[in-house]
Amino acid sequence: MNLIDWLVLLGTIVGIAAYGAWHTRGTRSLNTYFKGSSTNGWGTIGLSVMATQASAITFLSIPGQAYESGIGFVQNYFGLPLALIIVCVVFLPIYRRLGVYTAYEYLGRRFDTKTRVLGAVLFLVQRGFSAGVTIYAPAIILSTVLGWRVDLTIALTGLLVIVYTVTGGSEAVSLTQKWQMAVIFGGMVTAFIVLLMRLPEGLGFSGAAHIAGAMGKLEAVDVSFDPSRRYTLWTGLLGGLFLSLSYFGTDQSQVQRYIGGASLREGRLGLMFNGLLKIPMQFCILLLGAFVFVFYQFDKPPVFFNQVTWERHAVGTNAPIFRDIEQRHAAAHQEAKDDVTKWLAMRGAGDAKAEVATRMAMVDAQGRVDAIRKEAKAALKAADPDAKTRDSDYVFITFILAQLPHGAIGLLIAVMVAAALSSTASELNALATTTTIDLWRRVRPLAAADEARNVRVAKWLTGFWGVFAIAFALFVGMAENLIEAINILGSIFYGVVLGIFLVAFFFKWIRGPAVFWGAVASQLFVFLLYFSLTIGYLWFNLIGCAACVLFSVLFQALLGRSQTESV
Amino acid sequence: MKRVPDPSTQEEPPGVPGFRTWRGVYGFVFGFFVVCVLLLALFTRVFA
Repeated sequence: MNLIDWLVLLGTIVGIAAYGAWHTRGTRSLNTYFKGSSTNGWGTIGLSVMATQASAITFLSIPGQAYESGIGFVQNYFGLPLALIIVCVVFLPIYRRLGVYTAYEYLGRRFDTKTRVLGAVLFLVQRGFSAGVTIYAPAIILSTVLGWRVDLTIALTGLLVIVYTVTGGSEAVSLTQKWQMAVIFGGMVTAFIVLLMRLPEGLGFSGAAHIAGAMGKLEAVDVSFDPSRRYTLWTGLLGGLFLSLSYFGTDQSQVQRYIGGASLREGRLGLMFNGLLKIPMQFCILLLGAFVFVFYQFDKPPVFFNQVTWERHAVGTNAPIFRDIEQRHAAAHQEAKDDVTKWLAMRGAGDAKAEVATRMAMVDAQGRVDAIRKEAKAALKAADPDAKTRDSDYVFITFILAQLPHGAIGLLIAVMVAAALSSTASELNALATTTTIDLWRRVRPLAAADEARNVRVAKWLTGFWGVFAIAFALFVGMAENLIEAINILGSIFYGVVLGIFLVAFFFKWIRGPAVFWGAVASQLFVFLLYFSLTIGYLWFNLIGCAACVLFSVLFQALLGRSQTESV
Repeated sequence: MKRVPDPSTQEEPPGVPGFRTWRGVYGFVFGFFVVCVLLLALFTRVFA
């Protein structure tokens, strides 16, 4: 990165944060602090919902995932539009009609205090740790490739987000997210254009798509029922629906983005905006990754994309082994490149038989390149058993730093940082709101009427959760498996929380005690299954939800319908 | 403290040109989703 990149990066990131803090510095109303401006339209709400979901890891990891395994991951989002329609029809009108600040406040109205507190605590546990990961995950990648100090990267991004989130609350979050999304869209479009321009002359979009397709990178829809396949049309529709319904309908970091705004109409249209754009957007990000793969068919990639880790271990007795792998990789890549060129020529000539033969040779050559990459990872592991051998997160950033012109590099780094800030801001805002409304007010019921005091407490709690997230990111030695552990943690709790809400909406005869004990029992049941079964963790969303509904029905039958908790 | 319940109801029109009801908006989003899946399936068939 040179001076131009730094100017672009700091200009956009600090500029947006400063604008958000300055513009919302006078926020005194609790309603505005927790729900955002009452004049927010569907565009602001829609972009805010999108920015909350799209963290930095979305833009760092997903292109790398397409590079490695193709674009099938897009199926994960197939349940999202359906879930958003359900949220618009069922969840949003109820939240708006009751004028609640948090989703869990609704549980208090529908059931009782203990169920509300249970929902809030489950959210705080899961989201509190996730906020740390949201800051940590991009910081570790950016600091590795750019040579920044990881602790400073975490502390500075964390402090920046704390400043404007504390200052303006939900209004500052929505306002900054709008501009951060503009940076993200601008950066990703720039990257796509530069990538197309860097492809060999005459190849173009269609040629690149044909190469990626021939290499098996463009299988977007898989209709097979094979349970061993992680991403299929069916897992996307079923698992994706439950996951999205939990996330958009019951996770306060999302609920807070759409319950404010000018009217119910604006919230609904904001969500429908996401329902329309999410799949095309994720497809474009994945296609970018598939085209980076095509680019590296013609331009030699590193044998291992996390070059800093590779070079750190390529010393001493390991040096000859590592250099030998590099040389063999270079030779295999050259062969693969020649085979791709031959295949293109045969395709252009219209010789079907030769086209099939050269395509098979091309795929075989790529297989040899992949085998050497596996060998490189094994060598790295042998040199250092603690080394992280997953390098797909480094694919896109490597391309950015090596191929984009200065200025555009700064813009793309700004995309990553903007995405990290926008997700973290929503998380801190939601954590503080839930702690204030659902917990602090229970302890200080008399203070609930004091609007200024509520805002003051919410600001302190935003700061507290921000410091908690930074501390978690700084002091817990996080690795790939810990990031996955956070996802597992989310899946363990999400299903039960969704189950509580589904009971609230659709089982009107079930009362507070039954759903509370049903939720506790189903959470214990999910824990038991987690420790005794080896199934994909996404299934816990479905199991937890179904168990919560079932146990609630059973407990209600046992406890009787005579209970008359206030609804 | 002021609570601001939303007076708007299910019947509030979407106010989107071409759509008189929310059912129409949801139908459009669902239809667009189906078209997206079909186009992705077609994309897979053409290029994969």
